Amino acid sequence: MVKEIERTGITVVQMANLIPVAKTVGANRMVPTISIPYPLGDPKTSEEEQWEVRYHRVGIALDALETEIEEQTVFAV
Amino acid sequence: MSNKAVVYINQFFGQIGGEEAADHEPEVRDGVAGAAQAIAPNFDGEIVKTVICGDNYMSSNQDKAVAKILGELEDVDFDIFFAGPAFQAGRYGNACGAIGKAVKEEFNVPVVSSMNVENPGVDMFKKHIYIFPGGHSAAKMRDDAKKMAEFGNKLLNEEGPFLAEEEGFYKRGIRHQYFLPDETPAADRAIDMLLKKINGEEYQSELPIPEQDLVEIAPAIQDLSSTKIALVTSGGIVPVENPDKIQSASATRWGKYNIAGQDKLENRASNKYKTIHAGYDPAAADADPNRVVPLDALRKYQEEGRIGEIHDYFYSTVGTGTTEGEAARMGAEIAGELLEANVQAVILTST
Repeated sequence: MVKEIERTGITVVQMANLIPVAKTVGANRMVPTISIPYPLGDPKTSEEEQWEVRYHRVGIALDALETEIEEQTVFAV
Repeated sequence: MSNKAVVYINQFFGQIGGEEAADHEPEVRDGVAGAAQAIAPNFDGEIVKTVICGDNYMSSNQDKAVAKILGELEDVDFDIFFAGPAFQAGRYGNACGAIGKAVKEEFNVPVVSSMNVENPGVDMFKKHIYIFPGGHSAAKMRDDAKKMAEFGNKLLNEEGPFLAEEEGFYKRGIRHQYFLPDETPAADRAIDMLLKKINGEEYQSELPIPEQDLVEIAPAIQDLSSTKIALVTSGGIVPVENPDKIQSASATRWGKYNIAGQDKLENRASNKYKTIHAGYDPAAADADPNRVVPLDALRKYQEEGRIGEIHDYFYSTVGTGTTEGEAARMGAEIAGELLEANVQAVILTST
């Protein structure tokens, strides 16, 4: 899906836990999430911690959208 | 001396549990456990250990999981490593490939697995380990495991080269030097090929170049504060009644849901949003769908002026067992809508 969206010229960032899969499929901008069943907020942690993780990683995704890249890039979190 | 094998399986096939046990840490058991029994009857030797690890644990803590397993296998005497079969299960395929590649590099033993052609693990790891084409689901367990075991026997008992065309595993892109049975020299074969090409006839290259379909990288957004952003997910978040009847696996449908004026996605208990994705434990996503579609965090950035606008709809489908073809079609349909709505940037979340 990410490829078809990017093919139209829309800038897209994929947030995923399985980064190697995202890379193989062909995503160009990637931001890691913390797990598969809860990508952006571990229920075992406090509400505040979950919010911080989510706010932080979505912020990295926004940074990624603003960054020119030459090749497939995983943005550090 | 009889051959010794180690088998890797996930928490489900290790009979530890389903999604609720997907965070299970790796353990190494003596002898045959769980679905390793499917390999045993056709393997000409002994299965000395069975490694069991939760799929989520492997994908979220891969380095740790691999290190632990390699450490425990250090003093184990074995000649071959089997992983799977993993069918069309993406996380399981990734796990089999990751541990298989590491075992091969660390212990220099052959590694054999089996995956359906749609499993992303195939493209990721076919260069590193032998992967046989397998079925969609565990209904094919016996056939897929038999293929793995029989090829394992061959690897341990016969001389190579083992060619993809003859043995049936996915092509690894490794070149072997050998003489064709009919001994036609390369010069003659090249001329034959050239003549066929000139005459417009079919010919088969001896060095096919694998295709990789990468799309052109879209330019960076210059000014996010005047940009319209949309949220898209393959995590299966939908209104609780699932109005578009999106399938829980192998999806062919997608939906778009209005989030105009909403600060966050309300949860299942409030009768608003839930996940229908059958590939992961839904508890966390049902309790707070923003864990999968982070509308709350994106609203905050909108409030702060970091982004201009959030598109009034988010788009959703289910990414488990979904074929690449269907995913591409749905992606193109969604992209068409986004273009029409003047969306300039997308955050796509996957589970």
